[in-house]
Amino acid sequence: MITARYAREIPQRYRLEASRCAQCATVSFPPRLVCPTCKGRTFSTITLQNEGKLLSYTVVRVGSDKFSKETPFAVGIIELKDGIRITTQIADANLEKLAHGQTVRLVFRKIQEDGKAGILCYGYKAIVV
Amino acid sequence: MRDAYVIGAGMTKFGELWSNSIRDMFVEAALKAIDDAGVDHIDSMYVGAMSSGLFVQQEHLGALMADYLGVVPMPATHVESACASGGVSFRQAFLEVASGASDIVLAGGVEKMTDGADVTDALATAADQEYEVYHGITFPGLYAIMARAHMQEFGTTREQLAAVAVKNHRNGSKNPNAQFRSEVTLEQVIRSTMVADPLRLLDCSPVSDGAAAVIVASEAVAKKLGKQRIRVAASAQASDTLALHSRKSLTTLNAVVAAAQKAYKMAGKKPSDIQIAEVHDCFTIAEVIVSEDLGFFEKGKGGEAAANGLTSLETGKIRVNTSGGLKSKGHPVGATGIAQIIELYEQLNGKAGARQVENARIGLAENMGGTGASCVIHILEAL
Ligand SMILES: [Zn+2]
Repeated sequence: MITARYAREIPQRYRLEASRCAQCATVSFPPRLVCPTCKGRTFSTITLQNEGKLLSYTVVRVGSDKFSKETPFAVGIIELKDGIRITTQIADANLEKLAHGQTVRLVFRKIQEDGKAGILCYGYKAIVV
Repeated sequence: MRDAYVIGAGMTKFGELWSNSIRDMFVEAALKAIDDAGVDHIDSMYVGAMSSGLFVQQEHLGALMADYLGVVPMPATHVESACASGGVSFRQAFLEVASGASDIVLAGGVEKMTDGADVTDALATAADQEYEVYHGITFPGLYAIMARAHMQEFGTTREQLAAVAVKNHRNGSKNPNAQFRSEVTLEQVIRSTMVADPLRLLDCSPVSDGAAAVIVASEAVAKKLGKQRIRVAASAQASDTLALHSRKSLTTLNAVVAAAQKAYKMAGKKPSDIQIAEVHDCFTIAEVIVSEDLGFFEKGKGGEAAANGLTSLETGKIRVNTSGGLKSKGHPVGATGIAQIIELYEQLNGKAGARQVENARIGLAENMGGTGASCVIHILEAL
């Protein structure tokens, strides 16, 4: 990942920064310039709560080249307490014991290594609590 | 808008075509379509392709294909909507003819996937790079998440998903252009290599090379050539959030629902009028969900319908993917939407050989991109 591209996503990846619409309070993650609910264009920045539950998941057995050494790993869609849904890996999990509705918490982890120089890219992963 | 007709069709065989380049495949399909239509010229053309930049480091396909088809300085445009690129190419050709801007337009699609690119990575560009793919999810993985949600919500079973693959391979075994002309058993599907739980290798469409093209013409041109038979009764397109996780439901594809509503209205048809449907079965679960969202079956009943033969060539109340679908015919991404139109064209002309559905008059093609963020639907009617 090119440095500038990585750097500009740090507020989301490191701090879970989202935007709340000043008009209708819809929360968007990542932040948007237009509210998907009311088309409003004014927002405040909020930080998402890091707890949520697992809506659905899979275990990736065949990854892209970048993730091929990490397989198998679990990826799920999490609904956070704010109602925001995100896609993230489920770390440290017993792959046989994942289940719908499980409570999870987001933690800060290394996500991938990029390019030949192996630049480390960080962000959130979920762990089952 | 004025009426438009499909008057010619041509495609390469789908498969691992190592000796054929992307330009040669496209030109082969285009020439077959032009010859089949019997036209002495075309006014413009569209080339649907998802990611030739990543697959073969070649963009600017419009000009390249016009050049090698020998039609410069004719206008030629590359269109991209991920896996719906072919369907959108057809829609552009339809709109150009229907608007009166042109009389004869070629709609083509192509993809060259076996030249050594990281296919998983290239396909994943149809998903959200920053908020899905960054976390290691693959395309089979995203559909697997949908499959598990569908199983959880409606009790869809592993066997019901497998029934889709078994049916489509059986249909594909009768299609001379299909990549896989072999039947598979339920057992083989359920025991094939796990790709992304619960989806296995035989739930997934293959990596393919291939090209397909059709000629769309005005009523006057079609009449003159004695080809005023297959009318485009509807063309509709819709979009949805790019990321699967941004949608309220993981088991309904809103772009399919929206495009279908528009298409039925435009054609003056309802789901029960459709006799044959080519749907975007990139994974078995996709055919299940789409068959519900097109209104063929109640929400949650798509798996059961497939397992009970309600979509089969032999006993179906609606025949789904008579061509073998993406699953068995192959899925050279950009060519797929055009190949769907070709299957309808052959069926409605009574020229589908061993796959022929008797008295087929009305067919629907549903082509979608990504996890359903783009959907384009066409209804063709034999007059
Ligand atoms: Zn708002």
